[in-house]
Amino acid sequence: MELPEKEFLAPGHRACAGCGATIGVRLALKMLGENTVAVSATGCLEVITTPYPETAWEIPWMHVAFENAAAVASGVESALKAQGKTDTNVVVFGGDGGTADIGLQALSGAMERGHNLIYICYDNEAYMNTGIQRSGATPYGASTTTSPHGKESFGEDKPKKNMPMIMAAHGIPYVATASISYPEDFMKKVKKAAEVDGPAYIHLQQPCTTGWGYSPAKTIELGRLAVETGSWILYEIEDGEFKVTYRPVQRKMVSEYLNAQKRFKHLSDLEKEKIQSHVDAICVELKI
Amino acid sequence: MVLKVMSSNQAIAEAVKLVKPKVIPVYPITPQTTISEYLAKYVADGDIDAEYIRVESEHSAISACLGASGTGVRVFTATSSQGLALMHEILFAAAGLRAPIVMADANRALSAPLSIWNDQQDSISERDSGWMQIYAENGQEALDSVLMSYKISENKEVLLPTMVCVDGFILTHTVDPVDVPEEEEVDKFLPDYNPEHAYLDPKRPMSIGTFTDPDYYMEARHDMEVAMEKAKTVISNVSQEFADTFGRKYDFIEKYRSEDADTIIIAMGSICSTIKDVIDELREEGEKVGLVRVRVFRPFPVEEIYDAIKGASNVGVIDKNFSFSIGGVLHNNIKSMMDVNAAGFIIGLGGRDIKPSHIKEVVEKTKNPSNKPLWIGLKEEQ
Amino acid sequence: MVTIGAAVKEPGSTRKNKTGSWRTFKPILEKETCIDCENCVMFCPEGCIDKNYDIDYDYCKGCGICAEECPVKAIKMERE
Repeated sequence: MELPEKEFLAPGHRACAGCGATIGVRLALKMLGENTVAVSATGCLEVITTPYPETAWEIPWMHVAFENAAAVASGVESALKAQGKTDTNVVVFGGDGGTADIGLQALSGAMERGHNLIYICYDNEAYMNTGIQRSGATPYGASTTTSPHGKESFGEDKPKKNMPMIMAAHGIPYVATASISYPEDFMKKVKKAAEVDGPAYIHLQQPCTTGWGYSPAKTIELGRLAVETGSWILYEIEDGEFKVTYRPVQRKMVSEYLNAQKRFKHLSDLEKEKIQSHVDAICVELKI
Repeated sequence: MVLKVMSSNQAIAEAVKLVKPKVIPVYPITPQTTISEYLAKYVADGDIDAEYIRVESEHSAISACLGASGTGVRVFTATSSQGLALMHEILFAAAGLRAPIVMADANRALSAPLSIWNDQQDSISERDSGWMQIYAENGQEALDSVLMSYKISENKEVLLPTMVCVDGFILTHTVDPVDVPEEEEVDKFLPDYNPEHAYLDPKRPMSIGTFTDPDYYMEARHDMEVAMEKAKTVISNVSQEFADTFGRKYDFIEKYRSEDADTIIIAMGSICSTIKDVIDELREEGEKVGLVRVRVFRPFPVEEIYDAIKGASNVGVIDKNFSFSIGGVLHNNIKSMMDVNAAGFIIGLGGRDIKPSHIKEVVEKTKNPSNKPLWIGLKEEQ
Repeated sequence: MVTIGAAVKEPGSTRKNKTGSWRTFKPILEKETCIDCENCVMFCPEGCIDKNYDIDYDYCKGCGICAEECPVKAIKMERE
């Protein structure tokens, strides 16, 4: 796949060194091109890209609040439609908190109404902008500042909310998972999302150096380990048809992924085994 | 001129048809619901060429309005009570992003306890959001206010949203004769909206809704206050232009038999019709009583109100809202902004019936004022 | 003066903010070793490696992803 040269997210933004979110946005915008309007939920991405009087965005961009990005985008899409500008892409970037938690209602409404928009959840598995608090997308066992491990706790005690399947249940034409560490797979999915007539949802896993606790250089490596261990599965659901889009040649042990991150460092072997068997069960079902 | 008999909700929907919004995101709530129904029907019949978004909440209604307005089109929504409260966060954002949205609010009490009936606590509670607020007395004024609001909000000196408030049920569900202006005349009065400050156009990329640090936020908010002040001139000019075109003149306040009055009552909304009847009755009995109806509540018309009441010996202010430990908000705004002794009255909360006898009680108690706000029509303890 | 609604009409204006000053380790790319795989171009969070594999040190924060992801180790991280 030819990588389009033009960048639509300018450097100079305030992201942490090694940020995974900006990699995801850069790659997505390369596929969508200049005839695109972006809407952001409040969160890391919004704060780091638009420190007034500057903006990193090379395309029109709007942010209103935390929980309403999909509703704002509904208005943008409807207004463009009303003006006959149906060739303009409308893309939303919401974090996992803005998507799976506080923004779920607005997102559900927008998807169910059939707006022609692309919603990309950049999932770093906690509220990173406010300093690593647990979200509905935080995985089992992760220690965050609001699900800390301690004498009575092994960290987050609930499994990660299955956002892509919630979206699929809306019957929208395109749902996919992706990882910034598999850029071709991700970019192909963005292209498909742009091409479908109606709502498309992409759930993009995006390691976070600050929140997960690893060296900034390892962002891509961590995303790769998530997929190679079966902890994050790349698939798409096109018009209701489920397809795994990437299968590791030889699935690695989940502990390799867990041990590389500070947020899982405290886990006992027993907890790690629990996570492994949970992953195994899903992977066996999906023949991964 | 052909008068048609209709409710204020229908009159508002007729006004929306005339201003031709491109996007209408709306969510039903009593007693606003019929506005959303009329608009849905107009869109379904092709009488309005707009995208009607059946949003899943009022929060999303105002959010979608803001997104659509960001692309540079005219938008409309309507709500009431709990719905307005749910919008609260985004009302501030809409004003701060300088989106000239016009919204109708069917005034209704706020829960708890739950009440679907009228008072003005909902919109009064949003007085600091940066929205202009107009309180209509009848269906004609509701319609006319919507038309004028777009012209005021979209003025480049202003660029602030406007809330047109109508008393729930009392206006929204009762009918009176309304003159619906001709489309061509409205087209001439209200030009197309072509914003220069906010647009989402790939040919001219801009970022809307940025993050400001302490170096910028205060100026941005101060600019809104400057715009709110400038809105006073714009409102005067638009009112005059409206009068020249349509023959109906509205001011910040309406004075009713107040010129020579010893006792002046100040109030907002439909209650003023009852007050006018009582004044006529008392005048017959030789009492020099008058009314000042505050029509535009934000921007707050300090000079206009003061000029109208400064000659009176007694002033009483009626509020259909309450700020705990403080009293009525209109009453307190008046006391804080001008040197007058004014008595305060809380009346009609949660749809409590307001009878002429209550207004007479207010007039009597205004002549012998109490230091504390008095609740009129409250049941005696059993 | 703040623009109306604090809107920013200058796209890509974060370029005024030279994040290169954040760096403690600097990536040095040996073009002779490079096999033109575009990994570093794709994975740079700043988008500051171009198609000719020139690194814009005005913005490079020194995260080291490029060095880590280079399959032929053509990029070395050197202390500034």
